[in-house]
Amino acid sequence: MSKINIKIEGIAYQVEEGMTILEAAKACGYEIPSLCAFNHGECNAGSCRVCLVEATGARGLVASCVYPVAEGMEIRISSPKAVEARRASVELLLSNHNKNCQQCDKNGQCELLHVASLTGARDNAFEGAHSETHLDYVAPGLVRDTSKCILCGRCVARCQNAQGIGILGFENRGFETFISPAGDRSFADSPCIQCGQCVNVCPTGALMEHSEIDRVDEAFKAGKHVIVQAAPAVRAALGEEFGYPVGTPVTGKMIAALRRLGFERVYDVNFGADLTIMEEGTELLGRLKNGGVLPMITSCSPGWVNYAEYNYGDLLPHLSSCKSPHQMQGAIIKSYWASQHGIDPKDIFVVSVMPCVAKKFEKEREQEKVNGIPDVDAVITTRELARMIKRSGILFNRLPDEEWDEDIMGDYTGAGVIFGVTGGVMEAALRTVYHVLTGKEHEKIVFEEVRGHEGGIREASIDINGTVINVAIASGMRSAKVLLDDIREGKSKYHFIEIMGCPGGCINGGGQPYIRSCFLPNESDDIMDTYKEKRAKALYSEDERQVLRQSHNNPQIKELYDKFLGEPNSHKAHELLHTSYAEREGFNEIK
Amino acid sequence: MAKLQAAATAKIEEICARYKDEKTPLMMILSDIQNEYGYIPLEVQEVVSKQTGIPVAEIYGVVTFYSFFSLTPKGKYVIGCCLGTACYVKGAGQVIDKFSEILHIQPGQTTEDGLFTLDALRCIGACGIAPAVSINGKVFPKVATAQVADIIEQYRNAEKEGQEV
Repeated sequence: MSKINIKIEGIAYQVEEGMTILEAAKACGYEIPSLCAFNHGECNAGSCRVCLVEATGARGLVASCVYPVAEGMEIRISSPKAVEARRASVELLLSNHNKNCQQCDKNGQCELLHVASLTGARDNAFEGAHSETHLDYVAPGLVRDTSKCILCGRCVARCQNAQGIGILGFENRGFETFISPAGDRSFADSPCIQCGQCVNVCPTGALMEHSEIDRVDEAFKAGKHVIVQAAPAVRAALGEEFGYPVGTPVTGKMIAALRRLGFERVYDVNFGADLTIMEEGTELLGRLKNGGVLPMITSCSPGWVNYAEYNYGDLLPHLSSCKSPHQMQGAIIKSYWASQHGIDPKDIFVVSVMPCVAKKFEKEREQEKVNGIPDVDAVITTRELARMIKRSGILFNRLPDEEWDEDIMGDYTGAGVIFGVTGGVMEAALRTVYHVLTGKEHEKIVFEEVRGHEGGIREASIDINGTVINVAIASGMRSAKVLLDDIREGKSKYHFIEIMGCPGGCINGGGQPYIRSCFLPNESDDIMDTYKEKRAKALYSEDERQVLRQSHNNPQIKELYDKFLGEPNSHKAHELLHTSYAEREGFNEIK
Repeated sequence: MAKLQAAATAKIEEICARYKDEKTPLMMILSDIQNEYGYIPLEVQEVVSKQTGIPVAEIYGVVTFYSFFSLTPKGKYVIGCCLGTACYVKGAGQVIDKFSEILHIQPGQTTEDGLFTLDALRCIGACGIAPAVSINGKVFPKVATAQVADIIEQYRNAEKEGQEV
């Protein structure tokens, strides 16, 4: 790319040809207020008109997010005309916006409110009609409220880019336009996998997780034994909500906070992850030995399971029958833990803290209950946990580092920690499979070839004592589809495949803190490109700090099998720790 | 979702196949389906989505964006009242209201007997003969409210006698 000469506010700069004014200005040290432009043009509709600037050679003001720079162009960001126009654009957006900000969970991280404050938008500058509101509070994972929607199209782009399914689209035209699954349906009545990637990119409160903080409050009020368990990826991102640099693990402080919120026990889902490896590893070896259905595919990610049930009903026998780690652990808490403590399972309320909104759906599944009792009663996201901590007045940064509860369960290994990043389940499984096949530990412990932190596909062939295991890893359904179509056509050469719903795995889950440079002033400009890697590092470093790094070496897991479950894949294990799947219709009949 | 009959699915697949080499085939496919069946319900959009790889939500967006496409069956005679600027200032508002009043339907709706659908159109480019009304492609120029009853009667009579207008 050749360089061209431009001027911003009269000062000369050289920038890459082909850049938009917005990008060029950023390279020169200017952040032009903008809304719909997102993530290097992932969404670039030029629809919100917030980023208007003056540029020579253009007729009138231009939307800097779509207008390219040209040789000799003189750009004015702070001319009175541009400043007033940007303010008017925001005022127009606000004129059709539900401004109940004090009730909005996005408050504090709302980009519309942010640009309103930057541009000095006046209250009720334009009064007039409001578009009709479309609400969806039906799906367990996420909610949609079009009274907050500014029609930027980021969610539409993300659903298509990350998952390739395009659930959301624009409906109708003009003033009646709104964004929705086809036919103004609920997410629950469409083939939406409830991954929450759309929630992660929404600039306002139009798309949010379906909050379950109230359910947790009710459980405390009812005097239940409220037990909390937190997934690995949560510790890698929770700190961002309290001003820590992206990628800072805050495990100790998170545990301390959970205790101060009143939970009776604070467990790490890593124990459940170790348990999953024992069950899933055994299942894989069984399938390899007995000519079972191959490739076997992991089933930890409920977004992926939803996708499979909607689109690949014929491939469901490929999915491991294992429940996901937090469901397994919930089932153990309500059986083993309950009986050891003499507590009726009905009086136990298990709360999972997850980087995920699809987990909210998963815990409601009929197949995730034992004798009618759900394994898990409430799922809150990393963001919801941050909200609970903040409302309780806990000064997170001043908390001491505390340890997980490890009474009769809860001990964990490094293998469990890395479940939170794409390739992690695969690596954890390989560590244990290696041990089973060779009788000794893998010397290097790590399997570098399966590691990563972005979406896409990785593959490797692992030779264990002459047994070659071909593996593949995909995250994001757009990538997974490639592997699945190969299986369908009988072309797949793999034995074991790990699939995660969100690109990069749970570290980039739909329940994780929002990544927006405007709210992370101390991060470098490229944080949108680097946050996944940073969060992944936080997990890999915790793995390295562990003495025990293979699931089968977890002493409490051994004890659990000795005292309660028998052996992996035993009858009892199947009853508690395994599940089933069923093909589902995408657009079901609405009565 | 109610399942389409195999013949209907095959027909829609055939329509999609006509444009498989086009870069942006959606509008052409939807036009053909609209002409063939008179409407494009969600079940049909699902088939188009499967054939073209275009998400259902995007197809639904196109169908609801253009007034030419319809989600529900249209009547045998589609009355399009132009509400473009020229027609509007010449009294098209009263004309469409009169159709509404006599047929007992709102714009966008179809009479119970399935004979008439009333549509409000954006400018159809016939400003010289404003206000213009188009019924199944036949254009009525300079329509006055007093003529509306006659126009409707003309079609009803033709229908009774089994003739085309």
